[in-house]
Amino acid sequence: MEENNTQHPSLVTIRNLSFSRGQRIIFDNTSLDIQHGKITAIMGPSGSGKTTLLKLIGGQLSPSHGTISVDGLNINQLSRSELYTLRKKMGMLFQSGALLTDLNVFDNVAYPIREHTALPETIIRTLVLMKLQAVGLRGARHLSPNELSGGMARRVALARAIALDPMMVMYDEPFTGQDPISMGVLIKLIKTLNDSVGLTSIIVSHDVQETAAIADYIYIMSSGKIIGQGTPQELKHSKSDWVQQFMNGQPDGPVKFHYSSDNYFDDL
Amino acid sequence: MTYSHLGQNLNMITFLSVIGQSVIANLTKTGRGTLFLKQTLSCTFSVLCHPRLIIKQLFSVGVLTVLIITISGLFVGMVLGLQGYYILSDFGAEETLGVMIAASLVRELGPVVSALLFAGRAGSSLTAEIGLMKATEQLAGMEMMAVDPIQRIICPRFLAGCLSMPLLAAIFSMVGVLGGQLVGVTLLGVDEGAFWSQMQSNIDFYDDILNGVIKSLVFGFVITWISLFEGYDAIPTAEGVSRATTRTVVYSSFAILGMDFILTALMFGDI
Repeated sequence: MEENNTQHPSLVTIRNLSFSRGQRIIFDNTSLDIQHGKITAIMGPSGSGKTTLLKLIGGQLSPSHGTISVDGLNINQLSRSELYTLRKKMGMLFQSGALLTDLNVFDNVAYPIREHTALPETIIRTLVLMKLQAVGLRGARHLSPNELSGGMARRVALARAIALDPMMVMYDEPFTGQDPISMGVLIKLIKTLNDSVGLTSIIVSHDVQETAAIADYIYIMSSGKIIGQGTPQELKHSKSDWVQQFMNGQPDGPVKFHYSSDNYFDDL
Repeated sequence: MTYSHLGQNLNMITFLSVIGQSVIANLTKTGRGTLFLKQTLSCTFSVLCHPRLIIKQLFSVGVLTVLIITISGLFVGMVLGLQGYYILSDFGAEETLGVMIAASLVRELGPVVSALLFAGRAGSSLTAEIGLMKATEQLAGMEMMAVDPIQRIICPRFLAGCLSMPLLAAIFSMVGVLGGQLVGVTLLGVDEGAFWSQMQSNIDFYDDILNGVIKSLVFGFVITWISLFEGYDAIPTAEGVSRATTRTVVYSSFAILGMDFILTALMFGDI
């Protein structure tokens, strides 16, 4: 099942990845490729390790076995300074937004630019306002993070993630908490960014329809394994019960809704 | 072997195993703390090149602690004035009240009480702030923006804590002496000239004042290290941050009192 997605050059190559938290196995000999310039979606039930995968790609966690290469560099063999140099080319949108709470919206977006460039303040202002305009929050630039809703905070975090015009952006649940209008704009924005600037996008999401609408390739994960992969069309017509259950949101199937436990009636 | 003997052996093994695990966990944490300190100290030079980062933290760590230090110093000095007067007047030595107040404050009470207050006010605040930054993924977000949180967040706070503590202890001692003067001279009638001149001639700059400054520097270093590490190492949940904040105050208080004894023995004793 783990036939890799290798028709185009890969920006991220993961081979034989194993990772555990305590006794719990998150990844078990998993391999996958993220194609350059494409939108790749990682989907799967809660707790299947999607966010952990993004942290592994970003070098925030180290695998117990296997290799992760980004732009030809083995993430876990890089020195701290080499890793930071690579991270300047990677944007990440955290599930919580991860905005710095002592800075307002404008300063949050300006933060990576100020840290990594010596641009004059007038140019930084223009760049920040352009990024905020793209996510529809130019008018909210004076607000502090505690004045934003969850959806707005995530849009500010998206503006910050693309502030340095990275080669790759990792989106962790970008559509959660968005109203239908913002959701539509965000979907279009991610697609436009990817196609016009030549970004590579990795989207971790539960929103099957929205993600499938823009993804070029989808991996579906469960219990540390890739249980399905392909283009949205291929997955739609997949004969795999696992894939059909997830794509159609069916409660019964090979993927259990309940976390593994003893018999319910014995437990009562 | 009977069942009761077997049960006793198992209990002993469990007991030893729990102790062993606890020792390993504490040694591991000490190791993490030492590595954390090494990382923090290695960033010192680059942070000193950005003084604005330190100045901002000096305000929140130092300036915001001045009020509690001043009020506490005033009352401690006033109590010293009262107690000192009643004891010294029994021996007809109330003119040495100024020396007693100043020596008590600059040698012991200034550094120790201000350090305990600093741990409660600024240390707990640092732990909670760093712990919440971890819980809300702000530190991870900085890492992913290729910004080192040790350099940008931890080190400026560490330097601010180390710089603030001696200044706060000095303010505490100064206000304490004024409080003692208020009670001793203004209210109880000790001769003002004797109060100040005895103090001036008997308090030594190196033996008393400098040793007090060294003590408060050491306390500032230890409190800020404990506070920042506990926040950085906290379990990123509400309960985890709450426990880390409690540990900061408890560990800092023990460290202050224990180190005070060691430093006093080294500075003034013959041990």
